[in-house]
Amino acid sequence: MARKISYQQAINEALAQEMRRDSTVFIIGEDVAGGAGAPGEQDAWGGVLGVTKGLYHQFPGRVLDAPLSEIGYVGAAVGAATQGLRPVCELMFVDFAGCCLDQILNQAAKFRYMFGGKAVTPLVMRTMVGAGLRAAAQHSQMLTSLWTHIPGLKVVCPSSPYDAKGLLIQAIRDNDPVIFCEHKLLYSMQGEVPEELYTVPFGEANYLRDGDDITLVTYGRMVHLAMEAANNLARQGIDCEVLDLRTTSPLDEDSILESVEKTGRLVVIDEANPRCSLATDISALVAQKAFAALKGPIEMVTAPHTPVPFSDALEDLYIPDAAKIEAAVRKVMDASRSAA
Amino acid sequence: MSQIHTLTMPKWGLSMTEGRVDAWLKQEGEQINKGDEVLDVETDKISSSVEAPFSGVLRRQVAQPDETLAVGALLAVLVDGEADEAEIDAVVERFQAEFVASAASEQAQGPAPQKAEVGGRLLRWFELGEGGTPLVLVHGFGGDLNNWLFNHPALAAERRVIALDLPGHGESAKTLEHGDLDELSGAVLALLDHLDITRAHLAGHSMGGAVCLNLARLAPQRVASLSLIASVGLGREINGDYLRGFVEAANRNGLKPAMSQLFADQGMVTRQMLEDMLKFKRLEGVDAALRLLAAAIADGDQQRHDLRGVIAQQPTLVLWGSEDAIIPASHAQGVEAEAVVLPGVGHMVQMEAAEQINQLLQDFVRKH
Amino acid sequence: MSTQLSSEQLLHAYEVMRTIRAFEERLHVEFATGEIPGFVHLYAGEEASAAGVMAHLRDSDCIASNHRGHGHCIAKGVDVYGMMAEIYGKKTGVCGGKGGSMHIADLSKGMLGANGIVGAGAPLVAGSALAAKLKGRDDVSVVFFGDGASNEGAVFEAMNMASVMNLACIFVAENNGYAEATASKWSVACDHIADRAAGFGMPGVTIDGYDFFAVHEAAGAAVERARSGQGPSLIEVKLTRYYGHFEGDAQTYRAPDEVKNLRETRDCLLQFRNKTTRAGLLSAAQLDAIDGRVDGLIEDAVRRAKADPKPQPADLLSDVYVSYP
Repeated sequence: MARKISYQQAINEALAQEMRRDSTVFIIGEDVAGGAGAPGEQDAWGGVLGVTKGLYHQFPGRVLDAPLSEIGYVGAAVGAATQGLRPVCELMFVDFAGCCLDQILNQAAKFRYMFGGKAVTPLVMRTMVGAGLRAAAQHSQMLTSLWTHIPGLKVVCPSSPYDAKGLLIQAIRDNDPVIFCEHKLLYSMQGEVPEELYTVPFGEANYLRDGDDITLVTYGRMVHLAMEAANNLARQGIDCEVLDLRTTSPLDEDSILESVEKTGRLVVIDEANPRCSLATDISALVAQKAFAALKGPIEMVTAPHTPVPFSDALEDLYIPDAAKIEAAVRKVMDASRSAA
Repeated sequence: MSQIHTLTMPKWGLSMTEGRVDAWLKQEGEQINKGDEVLDVETDKISSSVEAPFSGVLRRQVAQPDETLAVGALLAVLVDGEADEAEIDAVVERFQAEFVASAASEQAQGPAPQKAEVGGRLLRWFELGEGGTPLVLVHGFGGDLNNWLFNHPALAAERRVIALDLPGHGESAKTLEHGDLDELSGAVLALLDHLDITRAHLAGHSMGGAVCLNLARLAPQRVASLSLIASVGLGREINGDYLRGFVEAANRNGLKPAMSQLFADQGMVTRQMLEDMLKFKRLEGVDAALRLLAAAIADGDQQRHDLRGVIAQQPTLVLWGSEDAIIPASHAQGVEAEAVVLPGVGHMVQMEAAEQINQLLQDFVRKH
Repeated sequence: MSTQLSSEQLLHAYEVMRTIRAFEERLHVEFATGEIPGFVHLYAGEEASAAGVMAHLRDSDCIASNHRGHGHCIAKGVDVYGMMAEIYGKKTGVCGGKGGSMHIADLSKGMLGANGIVGAGAPLVAGSALAAKLKGRDDVSVVFFGDGASNEGAVFEAMNMASVMNLACIFVAENNGYAEATASKWSVACDHIADRAAGFGMPGVTIDGYDFFAVHEAAGAAVERARSGQGPSLIEVKLTRYYGHFEGDAQTYRAPDEVKNLRETRDCLLQFRNKTTRAGLLSAAQLDAIDGRVDGLIEDAVRRAKADPKPQPADLLSDVYVSYP
């Protein structure tokens, strides 16, 4: 049996193994080591939640603390990527994208096209996403749809320790800029992870459960809630197929369509806000390309169109849960039965 | 003297912690003979039938269809002889009171595979049982020691049984030097040396059969007997499309058609089996290893090695599935060995007809 | 004119400036015909800045430019015909017609791109300088930006970081007096952009951007400092643009005859010609020969660019990613 480590350890291991394998890989970000210029311990933090802890001492000079200047160091990572290095920059919380968006949106994402295919920008931007830490509106967003909208970027959101390691190694080796979204509530999740290097390819959804009645498409932390709902529904005789997208750009359209062609029903679960989101995008994709297969309406389970609230009473309402997913599935099942 | 037997949730492979009861194949009141399939159980990795390890009348179906139960949990009560309902109630009650799911207690994990530097490379192997001349199980191309999950515990009832991951496979080192049969046979020999085993029964499946044959050619004194299951090296033909498809497949949709050719029963090819195989194929070094070995085994639809000459050296058992789509069962004909072709079974004979294979292997090894 | 340059170096500097001038003057004429699509921001008048800085750089040194980038590109060695074809939106352009005037780049020449986002180049060259440092090379990176960009946070962040990380990075603020239609006298809160260097712990100088030799000398000192591992510098080059913010800008915000007076009294090419010929370093005939050659080069570039094919429909979808399943 493969050994079990956490999502967080899987990310740390991927970074360490790739840095050992490839001397052009380096890390830059705010407190990715911690303690720069301070009288006390170096590598004091290893990232605000300790994800990069230990790498500073293993790779001298290649784990760089930056001043709190998101435009500055994200831009520097973009610039370094054009010069044959493979930077992994860390945007502590994805919410801070507001500070540095230009360097991703207008620089990294555009170089290759704008320069007629001559630029290669192998940048990885690791960033924490998602609600659930009572961290309120500016430290809890799920901005995957924002990145996914931008041509030139690849967007990854792993749901398990195994995927986290394999997708991060793929991201580092990939020659395009990759936004690597780490869900903060998954950091402590344990799972089987091979000790060897391996890559999980982009654009291949993972079938986590085969089912004939309805397709649940999701990614990130919602995968686990969808599985919980599917297991509950199985006891009621509803057989859900669960697809974990793994990457939202590229998007595995084929697997989504293949599954809906089989089940005829779709619920999309997305922790992000609903307008112009992956949920709407996937719903539109299926309505457009698999309309004939649909036996009932498409349902979306998403956060509401509000910022992420602080109070636990509200945040728990904000985040989709298994009960909401089950209700959506039942709604689709009921609607399609009555139509039949 | 009557006996009350408890039939429990089996542990198939290293990672199984629980199983879901799919359907009962025998009804209460039916007479069951040892080896009969009693019920179907599904895990996240595999679905198969639970066979009765003893004979008797099925008196109580304790587990219900769709129920998910921990490994070791009570499935049924069989009675060989007479027993009244109260006695059966008492057995069930006592079992349930004492049963602690092993998954809940970390200590109760049972034996685990070992890993060590053997002959200059990392090898993983798994030992069960003790005594007798040891039996070594050698998996085929793209496989690992879990290919023997239905066989290993049963075979270990009578002797020490070792299943290994060949170089390039499972959790053994992935880098191959030459990527030929000599390298693989050398690794098995190195493991025998490492374990201080001077002489062993060898059982090999598919490419593993050729590895065993080749080992017997290189070191005949180390081989007590050979059991060759759907083995490479006993004829010309091999399904080159399968080898190519398996090597090239990079995703579930690519792999499924290849893996489906391995089984006569398509139900055996589960989502998890495909996912596990993809996980293996993604590991650094595996692709290169598989390409080397595929080229070492075959050139298109033709096998490269004819090892039939080795058979007469030692007692040899040749087993095949009649529906083998990888290497034709006709290769079992005309060999100087005991040969059995099992009807309705594909290339993964030891998984698809586990009980029969276990019986045949056990009887054969016991004789030699 | 304290800098000692060989006649070869002087001729090269003149040729660079003359090429930029001819390129931009010609674009001014051609743009008016309506044949050139999009926005074009001309560098005419500022040539001494690009030529003076680039005289110290090699191909492995990196620069990032801004929307007014033609001069930086030419001085860094980007192919003039390829640039012209790009500006005409032709498939033969240096970016295959996908970038245009504002995005001319040639990474093989260390040209990290003109840039349509004001101030965006500064963090990028901090990155190329960081890359050089991590690779153990003594390559230098330079960003050219305007007085408008000097008010951008991106520039401040990059300057601070370059200092903190001791990067071989040079910040060249080309202060032409106007950010679009807003005067730098009003928009820049301090007397000189160079004064801001102190806040980021690096030296800053303000120099006369009409004088090639002044730029050359200041840039030489900054490049030497950066190359030898002593860190970044800020150079404020004061100059003017002869044309509007973009082609079509009526420039009603400028004083009447402002450009005319500067052209007649301060023009960098005139100054260069006068100084070098009076000092006997170059002859008028040598310079005239360059003028003739440059005019031929530009004429040829325009003629070919006009005749070249546009990108094909399939080009719309290519080059978004290196790979995308």
